[in-house]
Amino acid sequence: MQARPRPVFPFSAIVAQDEMKLALVSSAVDPSIGGVLVFGDRGTGKSTAVRALAALLPPMRAVIGCRYGCDPDAPDALCEDCRERSAAGTLKSRLIPVPVVDMPLGVTEDRVVGALDLERALSAGVKAFEPGLLARANRGFLYIDEVNLLEDHLVDLLIDVAASGENLVEREGLSVRHPSRFVLIGSGNPEEGELRPQLLDRFGLSVEVKTPTELEQRIEVIKRRDAFERDKTAFIARWKKSDDALRRRIVAGRKLLPQVEVPDAVLQSAAMLCMALGTDGLRAELTLIRAARGLAAFEQALEVQVSHLRRVAPLALRHRLRRDPLDESGSSARVDRAVLETFGP
Amino acid sequence: MSAADDASLAASLFAVDPAGIGGVCVRSPVSPARDQWLQLLRDLLPPGTPLRRIPFNIADGRLLGGLDLIATLKANRPIAESGVLAMSDRGVVVVAMAERLTPHTAACLNQVLDAGEISMSREGVSIRNSARVGIVAFDEGMSADEFVPASLRDRLAFLLDLTGMDMRTLLTPSHDAEDIARARRALSDVDMDSDVIKAVCAAALALGAGSPRVSVLALRVARASAALEGRRRLSQQDAAIAARLVLAPRATILPAPAAEPPMPESHAEPRQEPTPQTAPENSSPPDEPEPADPSRGEADQSILQVEVHTQQLEELVLAAATAAIPDGLLNQLRANAQERSSSSGGQGRAGALRNARGRGRPAGVRSGMPGSARLSVIETLRAAAPWQRVRGRGQAGDARIRVEPEDFRVTRYKQHACTLTIFAVDASGSSALNRLAEAKGAVELLLADCYIRRDQVAVIAFRGRTAELLLPPTRSLVRAKRSLASLPGGGATPLAAAIEAAVSLALLAQRRGETPTLVILSDGRANVARSGATGRDAGQADALKCAAAVRAANMISVFVDTSPRPNSLAKELARRMGAQYVALPFADARSLSKIVTAAAPENRSAALPSRPRVS
Repeated sequence: MQARPRPVFPFSAIVAQDEMKLALVSSAVDPSIGGVLVFGDRGTGKSTAVRALAALLPPMRAVIGCRYGCDPDAPDALCEDCRERSAAGTLKSRLIPVPVVDMPLGVTEDRVVGALDLERALSAGVKAFEPGLLARANRGFLYIDEVNLLEDHLVDLLIDVAASGENLVEREGLSVRHPSRFVLIGSGNPEEGELRPQLLDRFGLSVEVKTPTELEQRIEVIKRRDAFERDKTAFIARWKKSDDALRRRIVAGRKLLPQVEVPDAVLQSAAMLCMALGTDGLRAELTLIRAARGLAAFEQALEVQVSHLRRVAPLALRHRLRRDPLDESGSSARVDRAVLETFGP
Repeated sequence: MSAADDASLAASLFAVDPAGIGGVCVRSPVSPARDQWLQLLRDLLPPGTPLRRIPFNIADGRLLGGLDLIATLKANRPIAESGVLAMSDRGVVVVAMAERLTPHTAACLNQVLDAGEISMSREGVSIRNSARVGIVAFDEGMSADEFVPASLRDRLAFLLDLTGMDMRTLLTPSHDAEDIARARRALSDVDMDSDVIKAVCAAALALGAGSPRVSVLALRVARASAALEGRRRLSQQDAAIAARLVLAPRATILPAPAAEPPMPESHAEPRQEPTPQTAPENSSPPDEPEPADPSRGEADQSILQVEVHTQQLEELVLAAATAAIPDGLLNQLRANAQERSSSSGGQGRAGALRNARGRGRPAGVRSGMPGSARLSVIETLRAAAPWQRVRGRGQAGDARIRVEPEDFRVTRYKQHACTLTIFAVDASGSSALNRLAEAKGAVELLLADCYIRRDQVAVIAFRGRTAELLLPPTRSLVRAKRSLASLPGGGATPLAAAIEAAVSLALLAQRRGETPTLVILSDGRANVARSGATGRDAGQADALKCAAAVRAANMISVFVDTSPRPNSLAKELARRMGAQYVALPFADARSLSKIVTAAAPENRSAALPSRPRVS
């Protein structure tokens, strides 16, 4: 159904924007961190980075013939079809690329959740379910550009599915449920509207990107962009080595992740930091620790250090702060202040 | 070069590489000059190039594509229909009244400009089509706060202003169609030159001209210019043209002459916010020229010998752009700065026009042709089902469902009318300055509530001689904080002007189907007349007159008296306005926020947009 993938700008060729790269790579190492929100200026390569991430991900094993790309090694997360298959015998699987599903603008609800298969309904009068974007994104990434322009009813839907990991379809006489666990990635410009707090909360990490103001950086951005546009294949080939190396580090990080220890002292620091900032609920703390662990694994550290915590704290916490209209400083500054107060300089 | 010559040259350059250059934003009312310009462009484009006009309120189905219903029924399988964007591949799309584009439609155009293709997933079909288009956006905005959405402007290389051109202006073509055809063939052979890249980037930074994307567009324009002139390498002239046509109209900073310290700019930018932290993020912050210049100096000192040429080029490019900044510089800088702070004309007003479209929550179905509304498939099939035998289904083994036009059911959508709370804040000397701080706090508290409900807030500040729209309708906390932080206090009390400004904004909101609520925070001691003349009597009289207009427009309004003791002037004003009068000698942000929330329409029994109110 999809045309051949168009060549994408290599991830390692993105100039600066280290925070954004850190967040995307961490969530690739540990998808349970729960997605990334990239908010910032126009023309800073937000979409480019997300699309580049897709090319960077190592392939995954999926059940052959499964419309939801079920993982043969995770019996708890199988869809109903795969459960039947598994009861009948062993599941055959193959390697497929990790899905990175782009939510097109103007998408209609039926294409997101899935709907009655029109073709079969019209031609044969058969009631069949045609999976939507949420099915395709299972076990992968769901990318929403201009996430703050998303229509309200789609936002509601996403909030629910992102929390439950399951898509329930009750429409047009169909009743279907299927797994839909995805890493939500959103990007947008905060000047064009705010996000609902509920949706904000579904993003594990948030990143603020700024227009580079250094001449050398800007020149480099434009030179690489130009080189890419002139000869995409050659440009991608030139960066393949760096991309491959990064991919290997992600794979190694994933492997190491289960062994990475979080010492009690670090747990305590995380709790203190969250208390100092007055974040609601445990999600902030959990995300903070997961992100620190993901980063540690990526850097091949067997134990999470406070330094890891410090680096991910702004990413994991800045979008979870209660709005304080009387505090003029931005959320990032508040997190930085709290980090300094909790851990010292 | 005159503006007319620049307009012609822009048309030629755009015709060489429409998709690369992105497009042209033409600010002008409907005028012969604009028609002439479009005709010029049409003549320059190779024969057969699609050039389609689309209305600003185009439905998603037409813009992006969707299900072709008739063909689908004929073929008994879903058949996709491409939208205008896909049909305009390798051509040009003309958007009329582009200042009215919704953020959503603008985002669709942006995506197509970025990707050169359109991916559509609607109504049971998904397709991806090539769509390498250039966009001509006709901006018919009259006032300073009506603009083509900034995100779209950022992707259109040329910003032309034909406002001043009258019937007698003749656009002389700078090139003919043959030149264009030749340039198109030569385009891919033009080599980019790293000196030119550097010069253009430096000029963009020094002028505070837009995001990195704008520099990319400028370079593509330079390349088109080289191709037009039959050069294989970019020359100084090409870079200068790009700087003049692409960077200069976006300048937010007037670069200082090389030797002098860049002090004067701070005066040239009256709207610049004081705190660097809240500086607009789109363009360079006001203190930009300082880092730009020293860094250039530093870099050049070390490699002076090699880079003499580059530096000359940089200066030349910058000079070309600076020369193109017209005499009305101050106004332009102000307009650009305003655009930065208000982000865009349309975008703060998300929610406008939405009721007319097939969006929001489904609220039942009705029969009708699926045009702008969405077809409800199951309801349509259901409607068709009883008639199947009569219509001959099942005869000769034909199992197809017979659906006829009268079976069509479309989904109705309902969307909450947006609420817009307009604050008119007295920032005069007579209103104690601490009141101003409270008002700011209340607006921010309200906004924090509002964005959960998707309501909007606007702020009008009045002091001295005039009332100023400080914050155009928005839901963005970022913008609200920024504009409130920069609100100074002191001066006379032009209450009449403030009420007038608030009413006109409210009327605008009503026309868009939103429900405005007016909140005026003042001590009521008006002392400036509508004409701007000072004087207590004239000021009071005019204020009362304007207050009557609020009542006439049936607007929900609250008058918050901020004087230390309740005063009769304020009470009288409130009565004339039909406003709820609240004396708030010890107002704090939180209690003020409560009062306004209680007055908001959804908390009253009826939520009609214009309900008569008598107090």
